[in-house]
Amino acid sequence: MLEIIKGAVSLGLLWSVMTIGVYISFRILEIADLTVEGSITLGAAIAAQAITKGINPYIATGMALLGGMAAGLATGLLHTKLKIPALLSGILTMIALYSVNLRVLGKASLSLLRMETVYTAFEKIGLESSWAIIALGFISVTVVICFLYWFFGTEIGCAIRATGNNPNMVRAQGINTDTMITIGLVLSNGIVALSGAFIAQNQTFADVQMGTGSIVIGLASVIIGEVLFGKRNYFMRLTSLAMGAITYRIIIAFVLKLGMHSNDLKLFTAITVAIALSLPIIRERLNPPKITIKEGE
Amino acid sequence: MLKIDGIYKVFNPGTVNQKIALRDVSIHLEEGDFVTLIGGNGAGKSTLLNCVAGVYGVDKGTIHIAGTDVTKLPEHKRATMLGRVFQDPMMGTASDMMLEENLALALRRGQPRGLKWGITNRERETYRQMLSRLELGLENRLQTKVGLLSGGQRQAITLLMATIKKPKLLLLDEHTAALDPKTAERVLSMTDQLIKENNLTTMMITHNMRDAIKYGNRLIMMHDGRVILDIKGDEKKKLTVESLLKRFGNASGEEFAYDRTLLS
Repeated sequence: MLEIIKGAVSLGLLWSVMTIGVYISFRILEIADLTVEGSITLGAAIAAQAITKGINPYIATGMALLGGMAAGLATGLLHTKLKIPALLSGILTMIALYSVNLRVLGKASLSLLRMETVYTAFEKIGLESSWAIIALGFISVTVVICFLYWFFGTEIGCAIRATGNNPNMVRAQGINTDTMITIGLVLSNGIVALSGAFIAQNQTFADVQMGTGSIVIGLASVIIGEVLFGKRNYFMRLTSLAMGAITYRIIIAFVLKLGMHSNDLKLFTAITVAIALSLPIIRERLNPPKITIKEGE
Repeated sequence: MLKIDGIYKVFNPGTVNQKIALRDVSIHLEEGDFVTLIGGNGAGKSTLLNCVAGVYGVDKGTIHIAGTDVTKLPEHKRATMLGRVFQDPMMGTASDMMLEENLALALRRGQPRGLKWGITNRERETYRQMLSRLELGLENRLQTKVGLLSGGQRQAITLLMATIKKPKLLLLDEHTAALDPKTAERVLSMTDQLIKENNLTTMMITHNMRDAIKYGNRLIMMHDGRVILDIKGDEKKKLTVESLLKRFGNASGEEFAYDRTLLS
């Protein structure tokens, strides 16, 4: 029991990083960016290939981050410069990345068994492997949250947030919305690829298929976080994303324990997201808002 | 301050829906001119303002703002010289962001934006002072999301944002049309005060003839994509709704028949 929760928390922390990346495109830019399906695998592939080549795992992870940023840039340019709708731009990059990822990996799957990873350093100081994952996951989530809390408070960060909210107003304030959208997508996909690198090193392999459905997992985590942990202030809002990702993993661990076949997981996740996204409408149908009119109004 | 020379704007060129929205429009504004722009639906008023703001490019002619040729500049680059308020109160502000964040975005218009904090404590004091002058009780609601405020409050804020950095040119596109009459009146007098205090060069579209006559030092009437009347100085001061209607008839050869304009 405790083992299951520990496993779910460690996996949840690694996926938290990815969830935060999805949050940037989905909630801040208001774009459903499918690039992440490819960039999470790209991050995994770059890190795995670099580590196999003997590069320091931390540097390899940094390279994965840069690779993801490049993928975000590609989508950003397709969308803003060539005026391809955001959803389609993401799909194009995602499909293109499938080939790129195969090239990077050299084959469909690359094993990292018995190789030094980012977790090795934590194990060396005496942490048992699942605690090493939790420690690294916690540190990286904290760093990413603090970074974003700072970044979205800066002048550029404010401009990006406003762009997702009201691009007309932003242009009227002399801001190039194309640039803001592109920066947002670069950041988002960089973070997603970073997460991919962590996940690959955790599961000790990178697989060309591993990104499939990741956008839905990201969305599920974002929504679970918002529904369960609220969004009182900005810091809480970012923290709720991590909580959402962990909760999602715990839910999955339990339904698997209850006997659900792991092949049905993606169907289960998709249904969860569909229900979560339609919650506002369902809630309104079930109990319509009560209107009270005060006397003399 | 503003020089519009012979601009044309055609929508859907070469199709059955081709519409010539502006035909050879030329307008020169001096610094401090406050022009009210009036005309029926489809006269080209909004198109003209949008062409000046760079929302649309023009098909012919040139536009200079404060001596700079902006004809080919994209919207966000021209914005550094402009203040704009739109008809829709939702258009001018970011509803999910706080009041102070909206003002901070406007305060940095025309400056490069970097990694400094998007808003400083010193600014907040300035915002509080500016907002208290509006007498809408907004000075204590700096952290309120703008989406929770009323249409009138949002237009007042947009007006403040448009003028917080003194613009070379202020463009108002029927900015009181979506408000109730009392609020509209209030926002209009606030507008007038701001323009006078800062000596702002302004173009204001209105569908209300009385307002067009009451405010500003110059009145331009458009019809079918053309400027048909341009009245300034003492002549403008003597205008009445009746005389304006009559002059419209003489200039256009048509009766002025737009209910919205006549009834309001």
